[in-house]
Order: sequence, then C-alpha cells, then structure tokens
Amino acid sequence: MDVFFNLTLNGLATGMLIFLLAAGLTLIFGLMDVLNFAHGGLFAWGAYSGIWIYSSTGSFLIGMIGAVATGFLLGWLTEKWIIKPVYGNHVQQILITLGLMLVLSELLKVVWGPNQISASPPDVLKGSWEVAGIVIIKYRVFIIAVGLLMFFVVQYILKNTKIGLVVRAGVMNKEMVQALGINIQKVFMFVFMAGAGMAALGGILLGPYSGVIHAEMGMEFAILAFIVVVIGGMGSFPGSILAAILVGLSGSFMAYYVPDLSLAVNMLLMAVVLIFRPQGLFGLKG
Amino acid sequence: MVHLRLHQIETYIGQYHILQGISFEAKKGEVTVLLGRNGAGKTTTLRTIMGLNPASKGIVEFNGEEIQGYPTYTIAQKGIGYVPEDQGIFAQLTVEENMKVAIKKDNAATQEKLDYILNLFPDLKKFWKRQGGLLSGGQKQMLSMARSFINDNQLLLIDEPSKGLAPIMVEKVMESIMQMKEQTTIVLVEQNFMMASTIGDYFYIIDDGKTVHNGTMDVLKEDEEMRRKYLGIS
Repeated sequence: MDVFFNLTLNGLATGMLIFLLAAGLTLIFGLMDVLNFAHGGLFAWGAYSGIWIYSSTGSFLIGMIGAVATGFLLGWLTEKWIIKPVYGNHVQQILITLGLMLVLSELLKVVWGPNQISASPPDVLKGSWEVAGIVIIKYRVFIIAVGLLMFFVVQYILKNTKIGLVVRAGVMNKEMVQALGINIQKVFMFVFMAGAGMAALGGILLGPYSGVIHAEMGMEFAILAFIVVVIGGMGSFPGSILAAILVGLSGSFMAYYVPDLSLAVNMLLMAVVLIFRPQGLFGLKG
Repeated sequence: MVHLRLHQIETYIGQYHILQGISFEAKKGEVTVLLGRNGAGKTTTLRTIMGLNPASKGIVEFNGEEIQGYPTYTIAQKGIGYVPEDQGIFAQLTVEENMKVAIKKDNAATQEKLDYILNLFPDLKKFWKRQGGLLSGGQKQMLSMARSFINDNQLLLIDEPSKGLAPIMVEKVMESIMQMKEQTTIVLVEQNFMMASTIGDYFYIIDDGKTVHNGTMDVLKEDEEMRRKYLGIS
C-alpha cells in the first residue's frame, strides 16, 4: 500500500511538472500553429534563474516569482525576435527553435558554469508526513498543489475572461477572430509569455524535486511534454493535464515494476493514441 | 453616398492571379449583390476587402479612406462585418460565447442591440447555451450573421448565406437580411438568383476575376441572355 501510494504521488508530481511545460506548448501550437522546440530551454532557464535567486535570497517564493519573471521576459524576447519572423513556416520554426534551444542550454553553462547545481526544498517543505503508516513526502504534495492551482487559474481565465474566450476561439479559427476586429498578434504575445512563465515555474519546481539541475534538463523534459501534447490533443488545455498525469503515472509505475520499459511506455502510449485517435484524447485539430 | 469602393483590384493567391481587375461601389443602405459562376472570384473579392487575401494592386476605399494593406482586425474595427462562406463559427464555444467574442463594448446600447438580434433570430435565444458546432446549418448561418451585426457595423459582407440550406431556412435567412438592410449597408455574394433578386438593389457580375456588368437588379431580371451567359440560368 505504501509503495502504491508513493508511486502514485511520485507519478502525479512528475505529471504536474510535465503539465507546466506542456500547457504552454499546446496553447502555443493550438493558437499560433508554432512548433516551439525551444520551450524546454525556457523551462531550464526558469530552473537556473529561480534556484539562483532562491539561494541568493533564501526565499523559495521569491525564487519562484523570479523564475516566472525570467520566463515572461524570455518568452517576450523569443516571440518578438525569433518566432514572429517565421509565423506560418513550420520548417523554419523547427530549425530556428531547435537552434534557440541549443543556444539557451549553452548560455546556461556560460552564466552558471558547466557543472550541475544542487537544489533542496525550503525548510518548510522538507521531510514528510506519516498518515496511517503511509509516508507522504511534503515537497511532492507541494508540486501537485502548485500544478493543480495553475491548472485551475488558467482554466478560470480561459473560461471566464474575454482574453480567455479569445484564446479559445483563436485555437479554433484565428482568421475569424481577426475578422471580428481582434488583434490576434497581441493575443499570441500574451499566450507565449504565459506559456513561458509556466514552463519556467515548472523548471524551478523540478530543482528540489530531482536534487540537481543541469543545462540539458530542458530537452529531456521537452520530449515528455511533446508526447503529452500529442496524447492530450494539440491545442487542448484540459487534455494537457490529463495526458501529463497519464504519462507521469505510467512512467512512475513502470520504472518500479518494469524498469526496462519505463521510457518506452510513453512512446507506446503515444503510438496507441495516434492509431485510435489521431487528434489526441481532447484534440481540436484532426 | 458611397460606403465602399473598389478600383481595379488585383489579388494573387499563391501563384494564381485570381482577381484581375475588380471595380465596384456599394451605396449606403443598399444591398449590392456580386454574382458569377463558381470560381469567378466573388469570395476572394470579399476576402480581399477584409484583408484576408490582400490586394497586390488597386484601391479599396471605405468611407473615403483607403484600407487596402491594413491588417484584417483594423479593417473590421473600422466598421466592416464579415460572414464567411463557411460561417466561421467557433464550434466548441456556446452561442453566447460566440457572441461575446464579437462584442466590442459591453454596454447598455450593445445589450439593446443584442435583444433586437435575438428577436430577429429567435433560435439563437433558444439555443443560447448550446455549442456552436451542434447547431443546424441554418442556425449557424444566423449565428454568423448575428455576430457580424452586433457591433453597429456600417457595412456587412455576407458570403453565400443560402448555401446548403433547406428552402424554409433560405426564406428565414432572406427575411433576416431584409431587416438588417434597414440598419446597414450590405455586400452579398449569392448563387441563389431568387434570393439575390429579391433582396438585392444593385448587381455586379464577376467573370474570370473581373467585373464585367452592373446595373439595377430589375435590369438583370429582364435580361435573360445575360443571366444565361454569366450565371448559367435562364
């Protein structure tokens, strides 16, 4: 029971980290038709800048705010200078964002050095609770709580605000949104920055969870995030959280029971979804 | 008063030279109908006015201001509503949400206009909370027209509103356009000649990307030869 519960908790926590990365990716693709392979780089920059601020100030909260601010800034710069010139051209998007991903990773080594950096949770989130003989690690619960909070905040914005309505409409038909007098470019910028901010938040949360951060962490998580986007359905925000939880749980359980298949299981999941439902579980686009 | 004027408009889509000299005027309070065979360039003409397929040459004037080259959202903000051929409904948004996306200012005047529109299209009121994608073809057409009409647009561009609709629905759509005409200028692309001739005041025939004939609708009703030559009907 203890093992089952902890594998579930571990899977949910990993799922939430992947969700924070995948949520922005799916909205950026759904709304802007942009394949952003540099999204993992924003995740890694969030981790490094956030952990650096955390260790400088001693406050994890300030570290989280700093990571999100870094994500917003890098998201704004990326959209304005890198993405905007290649709207509508997928080949150029792939090439330029893959290039940016490499540049962002290498820049991390330039700024913070080539070695991995260790990170631990703040004192208040260290340790565990014991409930009915089951050990519950506090930091994992914290990650799940932050992930769920972000899901409900973004879902509220999408459902109850004009900008959210425009984003949802834009995912379905951006030409019509423009024909109704709405500047979709501004909406693109907003979504891109929000997506980058969420990815950066995921980055700093990963630091104390895995114990170390390194420059290649962005690419590793981006692959999982892309799998989640495909499984959940490109452009579907609710799809991204459900697929992320699915990927997180399957990875966690397989790593324990069939370790040799722990990486392959995600690819297998994606293949099954693509065969039976090519648009993804909640996909808007076929 | 001329609301909209196109002068020698040329538009390419990719390498194809679709519009090769479109010129026409739409006068305030009138329904100007663009007629022509399939592929003549009628839909592209509306899309060019909206900036969705920008013109490579020529002038598009709205209320005396040249608007060619403006982004689509700016053209729409100037007071031009657009009802595309495929209706452009946001399928997973409700009827209410579809309307909310379009509403520019949520004030008392807009609420009054909304009440007027819901009287004009009672089905929308009935299915207010239903997803746009679940509406019938006629209801989608009404939603698309209502959405373009909510913001006091001075000009509406409506592309083939009768397409794919049952005759009873065509009549309803036609009645709605007649009522909308009292408040706004309309440029209508329509293949259904009965509908076009009933609600249209003035016509332009487009053939191979050029405007080749124009006149009052009464002239076209009398000219069987022209109808046969350019529209394939007698």
